[in-house]
Amino acid sequence: MIKWWKISSVVLILYTIVWGLIGNVPRLDILNETIRNVYYHVPIWFAMLFQMGYSVVFAVKHLYKNDLKLDIVSNQAAQTGLFFAIPGLLTGCMWAKFTWGTWWTFQDPKLNGVAIAVLIYFSYFILRSSIDDELKRARIAAVYNVFAFVMMLVFIMILPRLTDSLHPGNGGNPAFAKYDMDNNMRMVFYPAVIGWVLLSIWIFDIKKRLAFIEHEENES
Amino acid sequence: MEKPFISLYFQVIERKFVGRMILPLIKKEFTIEFRQKSTLAGILVYIVSTIFISALCFNKIIHPVVWNSLFWVIFLFIAVNISSKSFMTETKGKGLYNYLYYHPTHFILSKILYNMALLVVLSLLTFFFYSWFVGSMPNINIAMFLVNLVLSSSAFAGVLSLMSAIASKANNNISLMAILSFPVLMPLLLVSIKFSKHAIDGLAWSVSYKYALILIMLNFVVVVLASLLFNYLWKD
Repeated sequence: MIKWWKISSVVLILYTIVWGLIGNVPRLDILNETIRNVYYHVPIWFAMLFQMGYSVVFAVKHLYKNDLKLDIVSNQAAQTGLFFAIPGLLTGCMWAKFTWGTWWTFQDPKLNGVAIAVLIYFSYFILRSSIDDELKRARIAAVYNVFAFVMMLVFIMILPRLTDSLHPGNGGNPAFAKYDMDNNMRMVFYPAVIGWVLLSIWIFDIKKRLAFIEHEENES
Repeated sequence: MEKPFISLYFQVIERKFVGRMILPLIKKEFTIEFRQKSTLAGILVYIVSTIFISALCFNKIIHPVVWNSLFWVIFLFIAVNISSKSFMTETKGKGLYNYLYYHPTHFILSKILYNMALLVVLSLLTFFFYSWFVGSMPNINIAMFLVNLVLSSSAFAGVLSLMSAIASKANNNISLMAILSFPVLMPLLLVSIKFSKHAIDGLAWSVSYKYALILIMLNFVVVVLASLLFNYLWKD
């Protein structure tokens, strides 16, 4: 059975890809046509953040209820989030090459924050793989997940406010209003955010169900 | 959990409990450390020889950015080396004993406070030897640098104590300790490096006090989080 939100995710993403490429955008210096990247790059990061947040919520739930299924959910959400980091990084790098003239810079707090987040989730998966006992692994991974996420949050909230950033929408504020977007662009941008987040939920849902089946097979 | 942990948390850090429960635990840590003088002496030799090697390599460092970054790299490795020991000595039998006799919050708080004290002293020593061997910076604001050093080393100690506890539950793997703690420490390290760059350049307090505030806040967040989360690591 295909649910309504799965269809709407496909429709919304198709609409944003097509309309994002042929629609009107404001002509701005340096940015030029690259401003269209806001339809792909930003929603993909939103989807990643959504999954990471979901993962932490379920890690906390697991610590309270000690239920292995909650840990599976948390793990799968983290995996989906990390999966979305790859296209997020690639689109960002491509955009940076054409506007800043470089693929990557170490001067920027947002780029550093992303690099650190990806590293943290890599070490999260390494930690998971180094513990054999299921219950113990779930508990320790959840502890690390919560701790790392809070440290990240503090970092993302504070550090960009202290230093200048080349990144659009800088100053630590959420990107929305600061973009040089007009109403034409908003008509594509908001559906794009919803579409990509729904797609991430879809991927996560399939992964979760697969992991549940595997878990039940191991049980019996 | 039988009882919501948060309500217990504020109960156990009341003043009389601190005096009765945490201080003896810290005392125990110090006694063990000073009974085995070899580990402490080993760390001192590690500090001095690392700094000596860098002095030999660089002769004299004139550029403030190089001076700053080398100092913090040395400091990072010293901190990880010291704090990774804090849970490695907890064997299975000792763990059971501690589990029966102490409250987890008391236990982790004592570990953190002990590591903070140790790391603050050792970081001051590191700074002393570093400015002796490698040379000091001309415009350095010593008071600001020392404030930064004390605040960041205590925050480092907090993070690393919890990471050491996690690593000790995962087969006590020393490389796992580095893998887990480096990404989490990076935000902290970036703040410390920026703050210490201000101190080296001799900037006024009015432009750099916000870094001190961030470090104090991070200290607070780390201690509270570690003492809340350790309860779940504690049981086997």
